[in-house]
Amino acid sequence: MSSAPTHALDQAGRPSSGGGGGPVLGPPGGGEGPTGGGSSLFGDAPRFGLWLFMGTASMLFIGFTSAYILRRASGDWRPLSAPSVLWLNTALLFSSSATLQGARRRLRGSDLPAAQAWLAFTGILGVSFVVGQVLAWRSLAAAGVFLSSNPHSSFFYLLTGVHVAHLLGGLVWFVADFVKVRRLAFTPGEDGLRLFATYWHFLAVLWAYLLFLLFVY
Amino acid sequence: MAHAAEAHAAEAHAHRPQSFIWRYVFSKDHKVIGIQYYVTAMLMALVAGLLAMMVRLQLAWPDKTFPGLGRFLPDGYSDGVMNPEFYAMLFTMHGTIMVFFVLSTAPVSGFGNYLIPLQTGARDMAFPFLNGLSYWTFLCGCVTILASFFVSGGAAAAGWTAYPPLSALRNSIPGSQWGQTIWIVGMVFFIASFTMGGLNFLTTILNLRTKGLSLMRMPMTLWSMFLVAILGLLAFPALTAASLMLIFDRHFGTSFFLPSGLAVSGAPLLAADGSPLHSGGSPLLWQHLFWFLGHPEVYILMLPALGFTSDIIAVFSRKAIFGYKAMAGAMVAISALSFVVWGHHMFVSGMSPYLGMAFAVGTMLIAVPSAVKVFNWLATLWRSRIRFETPMLWALGVVSLFISGGLSGIWLGQSAVDIPLHDTYFVVAHFHLIMAGAALFGVFGATAYWFPKMFGRMMNDTLGKIHFWLTFVAYYCTFFPMHYIGIAGHVRRVYDPYQYQFLKGLQPINEFITVSAFVLGSAQVFFFINFFWSAFKGKKAGENPWQSNGLEWTCPSPPPHGNWPGEIPEVYRWPYDYSVPGAPTDHIAQTDPSPLGQRGEGH
Repeated sequence: MSSAPTHALDQAGRPSSGGGGGPVLGPPGGGEGPTGGGSSLFGDAPRFGLWLFMGTASMLFIGFTSAYILRRASGDWRPLSAPSVLWLNTALLFSSSATLQGARRRLRGSDLPAAQAWLAFTGILGVSFVVGQVLAWRSLAAAGVFLSSNPHSSFFYLLTGVHVAHLLGGLVWFVADFVKVRRLAFTPGEDGLRLFATYWHFLAVLWAYLLFLLFVY
Repeated sequence: MAHAAEAHAAEAHAHRPQSFIWRYVFSKDHKVIGIQYYVTAMLMALVAGLLAMMVRLQLAWPDKTFPGLGRFLPDGYSDGVMNPEFYAMLFTMHGTIMVFFVLSTAPVSGFGNYLIPLQTGARDMAFPFLNGLSYWTFLCGCVTILASFFVSGGAAAAGWTAYPPLSALRNSIPGSQWGQTIWIVGMVFFIASFTMGGLNFLTTILNLRTKGLSLMRMPMTLWSMFLVAILGLLAFPALTAASLMLIFDRHFGTSFFLPSGLAVSGAPLLAADGSPLHSGGSPLLWQHLFWFLGHPEVYILMLPALGFTSDIIAVFSRKAIFGYKAMAGAMVAISALSFVVWGHHMFVSGMSPYLGMAFAVGTMLIAVPSAVKVFNWLATLWRSRIRFETPMLWALGVVSLFISGGLSGIWLGQSAVDIPLHDTYFVVAHFHLIMAGAALFGVFGATAYWFPKMFGRMMNDTLGKIHFWLTFVAYYCTFFPMHYIGIAGHVRRVYDPYQYQFLKGLQPINEFITVSAFVLGSAQVFFFINFFWSAFKGKKAGENPWQSNGLEWTCPSPPPHGNWPGEIPEVYRWPYDYSVPGAPTDHIAQTDPSPLGQRGEGH
């Protein structure tokens, strides 16, 4: 579900790519500004659609949060201590957000080799995060804490799992954008990674929130 | 049409995918996708309607044997007598399919996809690929949910609301073995498809409106689609979350919804070491999450019907809709209130009386914008020159059902009245009149009204009127008596009501209801004949057969790929300038720049 919109957003970002001078399918309003850096949200259909998607994804986690708060109040809640690899994972994910910003700036500055390098770093850090999450699950399982062990562990596996699912969707998008950067598919100076960066930062913020909910709150 | 326009059309065709498969099957054109959605939903309606017929057969004559049905459905009937488990599957799947796969899909995904770009003045939806993907995701959901009849144990049987623990324990009932899991998977497909649709609807309406089409110039149909998309995006994730947790409870041993102390057929559920298999979970949590979706969901069904009705009434009264701003505001208010009233489905589940009071007050507040809508429809009709054509009859049917179903809603909204009536046929009567009935009549009205645009041909008016009157009378005969048997204590979801002495006297009423339901079901034959006959053999419609003002009536019928052969038209007014004094005709199209009329609010 999470990878689908990203694919379509890429398609829709260039609605008239079917041919030069094709007025037939170019949306009159949205056709003007999908690439414009500072255009308003309402003039930029892909960006608007992405924000809607992040809104509905947030509602999913709000639903989980209400369940979490209610379930925590029952008597059998035994708090779980966070596997220490989680803190490393957090650092990895936030670093990937930072390197992505670096790639974005290089791309805007038309420094394509540097943009590629920064973007490659972002991908490596993102994949490392996923690997780190798998290690966190395995370390818990090795300690005898499974999905059904207690409500806190159930929520831990559920919430981290749903977050990773969204992140895997982001990685599919990453590959698509990485290929585009390699193929020089952006016009010079274009902020081509803007949409992907918005989604990727959203995932980092979401992760910070989940960490707070699971282990601080 | 001029040659220049034809040249433009030829250009449009050049951009259009050439092979049949890409044009009509895996299409990205909103019109093809809209019709695909609509036809699929109507076929699902046939299935769900037949399920309801079997439910009615059982309720009227539970002691009769039906060897024919037994041969046809060997798993559902033993020796011609329906199995109780099969009865539970029937009403569960009837509700699920009707609510999600028919009455959410036909008006929203069907007409929404078809009409939104035409009414906003766009070539297509904002994300055509996503739109095509959403249809195919939906179809996967349909196939999945239908497949559940054929798995071991049969289809889900825990009601369309799927309350745990019944739905969360795989050995609780036969339908909970695989049927319930498949039900959840089907729902996840549906939610994914509806989410993709919602992203498209909102983005298209807010980003792609043509020049001059301010929000306050939008037709009511467009307003309703706008609000429905918001409701869907905000409400459905709660069910996604709940469904995931239910899957985990069913298959991975978690206890989100399952408390301790459960027993199935008298045997307590214990782990190998003797401790309870589940503990601490809350079945109420599911109810909260489900109804946080569930109540906005019923407005997802209702709002398009209200939008269609407003537009049809204006056209066939040849008058502007009365109180445009109040009408739009009422729909906004209904949508906003729908998020704070879910608790009125749970008055008997146990909640603080103060909380119940808050939910009851919120619920009754909905009567205010609803009454505004009824008042404004009546005021639009008042002293107008009504054209009683088929779309108008359906629209008036919606008004009628909205009033009769809405009044019982005020009863049920109060906890003191709801507690004795909860889970009786009074509730069944209420929601079939207002939610199911008004939504269904809205779909039929929209079909009669926009069919000429969709297929370029008129539907047969005589067949349409026969279909309407039979449906209208049979609908009331089916559902109105349910109020009485509900007050008499006839409970819902009961396989054989006459096992209770005090319900024995209600059998004649149940027989009457069942006969009415059969008439209602049979009447739909007229619709299907009319639909398919007219699509191929109906009278040619032309661009604007109803003398309407809307933007969708300025393009050819059916519209070509890209919708308008030439430039996208500019909009100078709202779609409600009918019978304007001094105007040459009694309708002024939205694209007419003349200064006459009220024009709505521009930029």
